[in-house]
Amino acid sequence: MAETETALELKSVTKQFGGLMAVNDVTLRLGQGERRGILGPNGAGKTTLFHLITGVLPLTSGEVLMYGQDVSDWKTHRRVAMGMARTFQITSLFPRLSVMDNVILAVQGLRKMKMVMWRPLSSFPEVFEKTEQLLTQAGFWELKDTEVRNLSHGEQRQLEIVLALASDPKVLLLDEPSAGLATGESREMADFLKSLDPNISILIIEHDLDVIFEVASHISVLHYGELLTDGPADQIRNDPRVQEIYLGKG
Amino acid sequence: MTGSEIERRRIMIVMGVFAALALITPFLDLFLQSLVTEILVFGILAMSLDILLGFTGLASLGHAAYFGVASYASAIIMTKQSWTVTYAIFTWTDSSGLGLFYLFIIGVLVAVAFAVLFGFLAIRAKDVYFLMITLSLAMVVWGLAYRWSAVTEGDNGIIVPGRPSLFGISLEEGLPFFYFTLAVFLLCLGVIYLITRSPFGRTLVGIREREERMEMLGYNIWLHKYLAFIIAGTFSGVAGVMWTLYNLFVSPPDVELITSAEALFMVALGGPATLIGPVIGAAIIRSLQQLASIYVERWPLILGSIYIITIMLSRLYGVDGILGIANKLRSSSAAADNSEG
Repeated sequence: MAETETALELKSVTKQFGGLMAVNDVTLRLGQGERRGILGPNGAGKTTLFHLITGVLPLTSGEVLMYGQDVSDWKTHRRVAMGMARTFQITSLFPRLSVMDNVILAVQGLRKMKMVMWRPLSSFPEVFEKTEQLLTQAGFWELKDTEVRNLSHGEQRQLEIVLALASDPKVLLLDEPSAGLATGESREMADFLKSLDPNISILIIEHDLDVIFEVASHISVLHYGELLTDGPADQIRNDPRVQEIYLGKG
Repeated sequence: MTGSEIERRRIMIVMGVFAALALITPFLDLFLQSLVTEILVFGILAMSLDILLGFTGLASLGHAAYFGVASYASAIIMTKQSWTVTYAIFTWTDSSGLGLFYLFIIGVLVAVAFAVLFGFLAIRAKDVYFLMITLSLAMVVWGLAYRWSAVTEGDNGIIVPGRPSLFGISLEEGLPFFYFTLAVFLLCLGVIYLITRSPFGRTLVGIREREERMEMLGYNIWLHKYLAFIIAGTFSGVAGVMWTLYNLFVSPPDVELITSAEALFMVALGGPATLIGPVIGAAIIRSLQQLASIYVERWPLILGSIYIITIMLSRLYGVDGILGIANKLRSSSAAADNSEG
């Protein structure tokens, strides 16, 4: 296989909670610009895997590499500084702040000015320009003064992704972006994901099979914390084991 | 009105109120002058705690520690003649009219040193654990004040003979000292306000609202909280030095749990994350202590009733504290006017 640059690599990643192997010996490679889906029933360890990749949880064993650099012992904010970003399965925004303030916090996250205490935020026009650009692109500009808790669920799911994009990430981890969305909204979400910059490498957890087959070119299937199989999307779609997990048992 | 216009109008109102206070106070009797000064001193303490509780969402039950060590430090360097070096510097600076600066530098530095150390130990804890750790660290300070009598005079406390002059202007009388206190208060208000409007200040609000998201956006949460803790300790130290100057007496109750809890009540009562709310809280609590206690023996009952009413109304309107309730009532009456007109 012709090797593109590897954006993210997991080597025998394992997480044990007491007697439970939440993630067991998962090895996975995400190429530059690749869109890889992660499938698996509830409790398969998908979100735990994201926690391990982002450093929210420490590894029991194994390695996480970004662009060849071993980041296994790095704190979350350092991995983010290197170009990692993620969204959350359960919407994780700043509910009592406006849409604008939400995005501003995301935009200044990787800028040195975030530590400035002696000048008002309004004196940093570059932050506002970037914020305006992000909001306009995502069609949120009209809603900029709305408190986030007053947005619809679908809008909140989209804003999740806008926040993750604010740092111009190279590796984007999407945790069920279409969770709780109606069919029409899922459709929009899939189109939105497909419109993202093709240079961004994306790992996407998704239960909505239409969305995942639309967005991802490759798919890894997790089952009871273990990597059951992985391969091109078409091959996975026709894999009898996957059909059994998803259709046979529900 | 846009957000920034509302903000500007609020600043004008606050400045108007303090200008009025500066004009009215000379006509008050000595007791009320002293009460207003005391409220301003505790206002600084309450605002400093608001940085933690209101803006960062960290409930500290040990904020009197930094207030107390600054208070003690400034009292000790003014009075302890056996500490020849610090006392010599005090008499020398005092004779050139700079004694106050010396007190503030030493007092605040000591408060910062304690905040640097205690914050390091406390910041990793969350919620009730943070509360317990800050509480127990403050008890350490109280223990020092109470037991280390060679330095702190223990139970007797330290009596300070008088206030240093400011460039030769005497602050011994109540009124000049009130103006000095007002100036220090406004300086603290201005600086803390600026910090809360800065990019750094906004990150604290983000941490309060959702810590794990902030981490995922690339923030080193620990560092931001730690800095907030030290800043809060710094201003608490300023309040502590002011307390020594105001009261001319420091004793263990000043660093006790009661003082920490009172500061927490001031913030919660007035309205967290508003800066002015905690000052209103300080005004209510200190006034009740001084005024109601003259007429009613069980004045804490009145205070308790005010807490309960405020909390119930806060829940009802989904807001925080007296300032939140006031804003809610005003905006709903404005909405009613609009719909009628």
